[in-house]
Amino acid sequence: MSAWRLPSGGHIDRSRPLRFTFDGRSYTGYAGDTLASALLANGVHLLGRSFKYHRPRGIMTAGPEEPCALVTVRRDEARCTPNLRATQVELHEGLCAYSQNRWPSLAFDVGQIAEWFSALLPAGFYYKTFMWPRSAWHKLYEPLIRRTAGLGKAPKLADPDRYAQQYAHCDVLVVGAGPAGLAAAQEAAARGARVILCDERAHSGGSLLADDRARIDGQTSAEWVDGTMAQLRANPRVRVLQRTTAFGYFPHNLMGLSERLTDHLAAPPPGLARERLWQVRAREVILATGAIEQPLVFPGNDRPGIMLGGAALHYLKHHAVLPGRRVVVATACDSAYRVARALQAAGAQIVQFIDLRPQTDRPALAALRELGISCDGDLRIVGTRGSNRVTGVDIARIDATGAAREQRSIDCDLVLMSGGYVPSVHLFSQSRGRLRYDETLQVFVPGESAERERSAGACRGIAGLADALQDGARAGAAAASAALGTADASAANPAFTVDAAAPTPEPLDVPRASVAMHGPKAFVDFQHDVTLRDLDLAVREGFRSIEHIKRYTTTGMATDQGKTSNLNALHHAARELGQAVPAVGLTTFRMPYTPVTFASFAGQARGELFDPVRRTPMHDWAVQHGAVFEDVGLWKRARYFPRGNEDMHAAVARECRAVREHCGIFDASTLGKVAVVGPDAVEFMNRMYVNEWSKLAVGRSKYGVLLRDDGFVYDDGVVARVAADRFHVTTTTGGAARVLGMMEDYRQTEWADLKVWLTSTTEEWAVIALQGPRARDILAPLVDGLDISAATLPHMGVVEGTLQGVPMLLFRVSFTGELGFEVNVPAAEGAKVIAALHAAGERFGLTPYGTETMHVLRAEKGFIIIGQDTDGTVTPDDVGLAWAIGKNKRDFVGKRALARPSMQQSDRKQLVGLRTRDPHVVLEEGAQIVDTPGQRAPMTLIGHVTSSYASATLGHSIAMAVIAGGRARMGHTLYVPMPGGEIPVEVCSPVFYDPQGARLNV
Amino acid sequence: MLLIHCPHCGTRPELEFSYGGEAHIARPADPSLVSDDDWASYLYLRSNTKGVHAERWRHVRGCGRFFNALRDTTTDRILVTYKAGEKPPGEAR
Repeated sequence: MSAWRLPSGGHIDRSRPLRFTFDGRSYTGYAGDTLASALLANGVHLLGRSFKYHRPRGIMTAGPEEPCALVTVRRDEARCTPNLRATQVELHEGLCAYSQNRWPSLAFDVGQIAEWFSALLPAGFYYKTFMWPRSAWHKLYEPLIRRTAGLGKAPKLADPDRYAQQYAHCDVLVVGAGPAGLAAAQEAAARGARVILCDERAHSGGSLLADDRARIDGQTSAEWVDGTMAQLRANPRVRVLQRTTAFGYFPHNLMGLSERLTDHLAAPPPGLARERLWQVRAREVILATGAIEQPLVFPGNDRPGIMLGGAALHYLKHHAVLPGRRVVVATACDSAYRVARALQAAGAQIVQFIDLRPQTDRPALAALRELGISCDGDLRIVGTRGSNRVTGVDIARIDATGAAREQRSIDCDLVLMSGGYVPSVHLFSQSRGRLRYDETLQVFVPGESAERERSAGACRGIAGLADALQDGARAGAAAASAALGTADASAANPAFTVDAAAPTPEPLDVPRASVAMHGPKAFVDFQHDVTLRDLDLAVREGFRSIEHIKRYTTTGMATDQGKTSNLNALHHAARELGQAVPAVGLTTFRMPYTPVTFASFAGQARGELFDPVRRTPMHDWAVQHGAVFEDVGLWKRARYFPRGNEDMHAAVARECRAVREHCGIFDASTLGKVAVVGPDAVEFMNRMYVNEWSKLAVGRSKYGVLLRDDGFVYDDGVVARVAADRFHVTTTTGGAARVLGMMEDYRQTEWADLKVWLTSTTEEWAVIALQGPRARDILAPLVDGLDISAATLPHMGVVEGTLQGVPMLLFRVSFTGELGFEVNVPAAEGAKVIAALHAAGERFGLTPYGTETMHVLRAEKGFIIIGQDTDGTVTPDDVGLAWAIGKNKRDFVGKRALARPSMQQSDRKQLVGLRTRDPHVVLEEGAQIVDTPGQRAPMTLIGHVTSSYASATLGHSIAMAVIAGGRARMGHTLYVPMPGGEIPVEVCSPVFYDPQGARLNV
Repeated sequence: MLLIHCPHCGTRPELEFSYGGEAHIARPADPSLVSDDDWASYLYLRSNTKGVHAERWRHVRGCGRFFNALRDTTTDRILVTYKAGEKPPGEAR
């Protein structure tokens, strides 16, 4: 039995000792311990170093609100979790924990010199470093601050554990298994509701865990908790989730729960997920999240060995640990009296009890005096002593002028502080419920709800165990009735006979800010090292809004989200600003309540399952021929087909020449395809696209341009009229879904009278492009007698037929400038057909090519790619597509916007070609363009390069660019400034190859 | 994640829907008669309501239909949903 462990009592299993290490040293605890309680039982109070000043820090709390005792728990190199609260880490055999933010060791930390410079590190120092001198930022501040400030380090290896995710539905979700939550769950379940009860601890009971005096209906609190839990577990309509934190409250009663499944196990069974993320949709939610005790603010209030009164009681009663033997207690409320009596009874000596409130005749104070406890009035703690653990406090009497008199020192090894319990309104506030300020309690409590939710017990300011139980039961009954639509349960008023006080919010009869004691190192936010002086500085420097004060001082912005600091900071700021607390307001609570692992959110969506993958029907054909793929949206597209040792440049040059000289074969299946069908299909197309469709004959196609109603080019593609009432519309690969969405929007909401239907057929068709002078020679023998001669099937002709018996829609189209066909066959036949075409074409030099070659070939012809040569701010005229606009149309999407004067100005950026003086220089896509040489920054930029390639066919580089007034600059020399020097370029037509189109019409 | 009642399919999670912006902004029947300023307003100006907001949703991973919803932007509560082309139910306002 260690020196600080009591011989009996508590909820630990003394028959199961557990060995663990902290910073490499071995210790022993018991089953039922947390890392914090086990360390306290071994007399270890120093657990870490603070964020900014590297001050020694210990254990302040016994729960999720812990700001100081952050540790790294390590199973192996990959399973290493930083920033866990020691107060929540359950002990298991072999647990291996480390302190953080110290070097070379926890007891001797070089970073502590930061404290000597603390005068130089006031609130906002980080922001002030931005101001001067500029060079110091990169070289000095950033690396230095980054290294010395901070928390634990993330492991460098991938997380090998599995993380599960589950959806669940219930009638009533109860968050928190303290007295109110248990009573609520029991009552709701008794009324037939499907209940989920979750609690973040390993044991249910909440505040009752630290209460062995309470009697509920004649039972001890432990008996009542066990009995209630047994009933709930036996009920098939109830699911109990322990070690489960409700971390986020999302709209429409969706609660995010994080269940920890294996962290408490010495040897997790293989295959069991480490954590499970629950997304629970509840008809009704009951928040029974309890209250969080607040620290007091006084100089040196952060040393190891200074903790909250309720935390000491929890360690004493739940873990049978005496956190200290010579105890000083400072309090602003009544709950600490109970703590003092309990510690005294357990063998500790209360060497000084300080009630910070004006000393009226408190009967409790007299009772303490009878126990021989010194409890003079009007005392304040004005300082503390001790390096790695508190060894004493300096106390003084404060007179009416605020001066300290009769200062003296008291030796002690534990200081308890109690600033009263504050309702835990985090989840309520996340749900966008409105908080209300309770003047008596001087805290915020839930006001008007935004969701189907009710708070119960201490988290809504209910004081005392009996009332909390009653409140929980009433909430449970009401929630069940609301969820099930049964009769109002207001009559229900279950009786609990209770004999105890409880750690709950209680009226504070002095202003909260007045109990703070000013002086050096009086911490408000313990995790971010924010002191009263920092808050004062922020107010002095002119910050008025609490949101600004928060960000400037970083109070409440640490991983604990200010659970033990926000209220003190707010009250102090309000006093300094001379405003009422509710007028200053509270900062916003955000999810998560406590940190949740990234892996938990990722779940199974890692590695290959991170994103869906779309493969075309001819994917395997491309793999067989050695394709290198690129991701285009979710699609895998063949980028090029290298042979031997070819790099991309060589492969693309070869593929380009093959298309221009013989023929190439290309998988174009990813093109978006929409069937536009119905008696009003023509009218619909006329309204959607800029083109005139009425005169397009069946069996003909056209290059269509789609604008948004703001007049800017949105998409393009070849559109075929395959029947009088049927169009086969193709879109860009990336635009398929959004184009159909836009068409549906107009069809359904603007022109609902049109008889037209839209269907995505993207995945119905496999599309194989044959491009090159030999394309017809290759295709003609395979199409079962179909006449595809130039006379019968001219450029832009479309015909239905069969290819070796496979139904086919054949387009005579070209995105290369060569004679070309696009063979559309049912997707399931794609692999077979491409193999047949490839085999038939080999003797003609047929060569597979990929998207890279496709890009070069189209750029040689000046064909644009939406999203590359356009950026959502170009009109059809800007990119040379004004010819496509139907001249006699009354309206189409975008027409009105094109009539605005700004859309017709001559200095708009226009698409042109660029040739570099040096034919081997390939411009960088995105490079900016200026019109005079030798400019210095800031230059006058007149446009940028949109597409740029080396053209093997032409023997020089080619580029397209959008340039202000570009078409009027033909033949001019412009300049592309690059880090290696200016590159002179000449403006030319964007059509570099076969401008007459002679190669198309053969 | 919101729970949204599609007037055609029933209540489904938000994952199945896409947002469509403010409702009841009709495209002018003859845009050529509209001034530049009015056209700009049609394109760009929205009410940005704090409170009950009439907005469009599309059940894009379901029936594909557009419909309208009255949603309180301060609480995300959806008061009612109704079919495209219908007027917002007056009593819900």
